[in-house]
Amino acid sequence: MSKKPVQFRLNGGDKAVFVDDGQNLLDVLRRGIGDFAPKYGCGQGTCGVCTVLIDGEPYLACLTLAETCEGREVQTASGLAPGPELHPLQKAFMEHFAAQCGFCTPGMLMAAKALLDRNPQPSREDVVEAIGGNICRCTGYEPIINAILAAASAAGRRPA
Amino acid sequence: MLEFRKEIFADERDDDLSEVGKPTQRQDILGHVTGRSRFFDDHAFEGLLHLKVLRSPHHHARIRRIDTAAAEGALGVKRVIRAADVPVNLNTLLSLLNFGKDDEPTLAHDKVRYKGEPVVAVVAESEAAAHEALAEVRVEYEPLPAVFDVEEALKPGAPVVNETYPANTFEYHGRYDHQKLRFGDVERAFAAADHVLEARYQMSPIEHAPTETNGCIAAPETNDRFVCHTSTQALFFSVDTAAKILNVPSNRLHFIGGTVGGGFGGKVDTVTEPLAILGAMLTGRPVRYVLDRVEEMQFGPPRGAERWIIKDGVMRDGRIVARKFTGYFDSGAYTRLSSYAVIKSVGHLPGPYTIPNVAADVYCVFTNRTPATAMRGFGVTGADFAIECQMDKLAHLIDMDPLEFRIRNAYRDGDMKAHRREAKNCALIECCQVAAEKAGWPLREEFRRMSSRQGGGGERARIEAAPRETARPEAEPPRYPSYEQPAPPSAPEPPRAAPVTRRFSSVFGTRRR
Repeated sequence: MSKKPVQFRLNGGDKAVFVDDGQNLLDVLRRGIGDFAPKYGCGQGTCGVCTVLIDGEPYLACLTLAETCEGREVQTASGLAPGPELHPLQKAFMEHFAAQCGFCTPGMLMAAKALLDRNPQPSREDVVEAIGGNICRCTGYEPIINAILAAASAAGRRPA
Repeated sequence: MLEFRKEIFADERDDDLSEVGKPTQRQDILGHVTGRSRFFDDHAFEGLLHLKVLRSPHHHARIRRIDTAAAEGALGVKRVIRAADVPVNLNTLLSLLNFGKDDEPTLAHDKVRYKGEPVVAVVAESEAAAHEALAEVRVEYEPLPAVFDVEEALKPGAPVVNETYPANTFEYHGRYDHQKLRFGDVERAFAAADHVLEARYQMSPIEHAPTETNGCIAAPETNDRFVCHTSTQALFFSVDTAAKILNVPSNRLHFIGGTVGGGFGGKVDTVTEPLAILGAMLTGRPVRYVLDRVEEMQFGPPRGAERWIIKDGVMRDGRIVARKFTGYFDSGAYTRLSSYAVIKSVGHLPGPYTIPNVAADVYCVFTNRTPATAMRGFGVTGADFAIECQMDKLAHLIDMDPLEFRIRNAYRDGDMKAHRREAKNCALIECCQVAAEKAGWPLREEFRRMSSRQGGGGERARIEAAPRETARPEAEPPRYPSYEQPAPPSAPEPPRAAPVTRRFSSVFGTRRR
């Protein structure tokens, strides 16, 4: 099987990998690079647990051909915390019991980050819309929605 | 004000439930929000192989011939695993508790009993290669008549699903085709009741649909052991099940788990671990066996279907005087945990209500459907759905408020339950009162003043005489299927019930007071 070289940035660092024809980004991240934050849930773009950001936009890694990431910026939950301090979304998820089994959390966080980066003061409806493609089987979504709204209002209170 | 009833575990805790009402964080939440929590599939192994199984396209069929020659030679294939390669290819989950007969193969060999049953496994360099090789396996089936309905399965001439249980019912205590409960005389009470209502209730199977599918990665470890990272919800249960099927001491298996991507009961059946470890044993390489989403939804064990027929005798003043159940648990093609669900269910009947005459006949039935398993309160949830629907209908029938109707019949301290245990620490009345208050549901003064601690016992603790037929079950001949299938002529005298009912069980609580 022919391999194709692909270079992209992952969570701020340069990555160069060889990918198979048709290999998806999720497989490259998990089995190729060893970033296990994005999960496999369905492999058909219906559950959202593989959600990553590509150039700031949310993508389903299981449906994204790895070679299309050439030269682009990929972000996963592994790189969400800017340093030893957690990202406001991570803190809010912790404080609001927004995870039980934790399997949907990395994808949920990335979908939420894409929303807040674009719209720092979303309405409840905006939040529901933004995580509409991310399935959670434990929480019933309410704690997650509350956590995202809390992260937004916490960020809003900080001096610009 | 909240009142904590402390008769149970009174000496084991202080009355300082100070965490209630305060936010708290999960101990594993930091791993979850940083993506560092390691689920079974979040482990890297050099030389990882992938296992996939060929599944039966038939609900019920005899296997005539399996030809794996082409698959063995396919690109990237390291090993084809057939039934004969499985060291102990017959198991039942609760055999670990000495409950039930081994009835389920890891890989089918003579027959397939449900659509999706594993027949052949392929271990290959990639999932794609495994799928390609599976397409090369040739299996010759002779389709057999299938049965999908619990009551059909109990009729004369119904196809035998599982030869281990030729009557299509689980055998309780080695002799009974169902679990039976008798308390008082329901027939006499029906005759004296103001109203009698009978209704049927049917629940469908429910898939747990966890976001993480069932799976595991097994790999050779040091000291002739095998490590297994698994999604199981029951780590020690799974390690012993795998040890039995693989015929190795359990100390050769190193199971790592506990971080489960959603379980809800659907990850206790140990469906992937034995084959993955066997694959690692046969290839010397790490082997990953993960159900894909289609497999999880179609062939992952669901909550089983249940059918309930409930007949009640009720008086105009709101007292339920008799309640009779006929229940059928659809176990699918194999027992898994449905046998236990029935026992749990019968222990729960007739719901949280004091009824002087109760009878139940509950069957664990085999059909050609996907084997059922645990799910959140299984054994009780379905029965309660039926009971509470019935309660609403009964309240309507006698023109009584449904909540007041429940309060009138609720267990009170000192009442006798149908399984002859005294009711203690009852709280249904208080729950109904609080729910009514919070919902703004008007209760009459009489019902607002009732208490679980008053009015119980006495007449309500009386055990009515049961008819002779059920009072002496040990005099009954062994029960064969209800369709009067003749007993084998050489059937030995059944053992007396008493010693059998006391057999060991840490789960089913046969302890007597």
